[in-house]
Amino acid sequence: AEAAELRARLRAVRHTVLVLSGKGGVGKSTFSALLAHGLAADETKQVALLDIDICGPSIPKMMGLEGEQVHQSGSGWSPVYVEENLGVMSVGFLLSSPDDAVIWRGPKKNGLIKQFLRDVDWGEVDYLIVDTPPGTSDEHLSIVQYLSATHIDGAVIVTTPQEVSLQDVRKEINFCRKVKLPIIGVVENMSGFVCPKCKNESQIFPPTTGGAEKMCQNLNVSLLGKVPLDPQIGKSCDRGQSFLAEAPESPATLSYRSIIQRIQEYCEQHHFQEEKIM
Amino acid sequence: LAERTNLAGVRHIVLVLSGKGGVGKSTISTELALALRSAGRRVGILDVDLCGPSIPRMLRVQDSAVHQCDSGWVPVFVGQDKAIALMSIGFLLERPDDAVVWRGPKKNALIKQFVTDVAWGDLDFLIVDTPPGTSDEHISTVEALRPYQLLGAILVTTPQ
Repeated sequence: AEAAELRARLRAVRHTVLVLSGKGGVGKSTFSALLAHGLAADETKQVALLDIDICGPSIPKMMGLEGEQVHQSGSGWSPVYVEENLGVMSVGFLLSSPDDAVIWRGPKKNGLIKQFLRDVDWGEVDYLIVDTPPGTSDEHLSIVQYLSATHIDGAVIVTTPQEVSLQDVRKEINFCRKVKLPIIGVVENMSGFVCPKCKNESQIFPPTTGGAEKMCQNLNVSLLGKVPLDPQIGKSCDRGQSFLAEAPESPATLSYRSIIQRIQEYCEQHHFQEEKIM
Repeated sequence: LAERTNLAGVRHIVLVLSGKGGVGKSTISTELALALRSAGRRVGILDVDLCGPSIPRMLRVQDSAVHQCDSGWVPVFVGQDKAIALMSIGFLLERPDDAVVWRGPKKNALIKQFVTDVAWGDLDFLIVDTPPGTSDEHISTVEALRPYQLLGAILVTTPQ
């Protein structure tokens, strides 16, 4: 009966993309936010961004929605809208103060994630993007389990170039394989820094074991792209602005746009193949 | 009674926390341990990041295995003079790329074991590296350590 409830609620979602890493602090939330902005640039598309990082919800701040609250209506919880076609849900909106710690064990976190999927009235959605916390635990198992009521197009896995990140990301790739979650591809973030003054490129996180490129080759997954470090990214996130809009000429913006396009193509192709089968 | 024996010889326990991932908790834990060792202290590191254990690689012991003795698990000894005691779930994985896909209750059980069943011996400092967040691992670690000399927590952040 529960599965039926979830299926009903998620029936109007065309594409679902999970943003994962194994590692913390590599840019999952940043990427999720920009993916949402990038897809929503097409006003004919309805985009939903769901933040299931319950202990460290970054999405409200990154989307400029801090302090917003969730409203209930007859049809369920209302997402918080950034644009008419871009709605957001996060535990951040349920806290009385942004510094409140959510100190919950697994089962309680799972309960909230299920509520997010069952009780939020997303309406008709072209893209549902799910931002996750680092790791391979309750949140990840639960989201895959609950979303089996609809279908997940795949996961985008974010990493940085150094081996300490890659070793966690390999685990995440294995997690995806274990739970039969297709991998759309890997994004290598913080991949080099170009000095705005002298234009010299430095590797802030040297890819001592070949970076994401080598890992993708070894594990037979797609490398969607590499995004360089740009201090404007962090600034835009802190200020709740879209980096793509604030710095349209940045090499990082060009990388992000190319990656977003590839994800879109993957989803459209996937849908087409499904329709063919049906 | 084994519990009292295993942590009874540890003088100070320091937790390294953040809320945020990727800010340098494991890096700081490692450097702190090495610095304390340099200053002549007896040091141990407990890595309770079950999903993303980084400490073994940082100390170049990612291929080590752990053994049992009468009082529990024997830590792996690392550092230049092999005098820093380290325990991490990284050592229990069959293959380094194996994901630990556990829900809370299973993680809690292992953390409790890590705290009580490692034969630390006499240490001046036990540094406990944690994963990001405020969830199962953190609650269980603090609960399991509460009867002992918990010195306090160091919080790590980045500027943004």
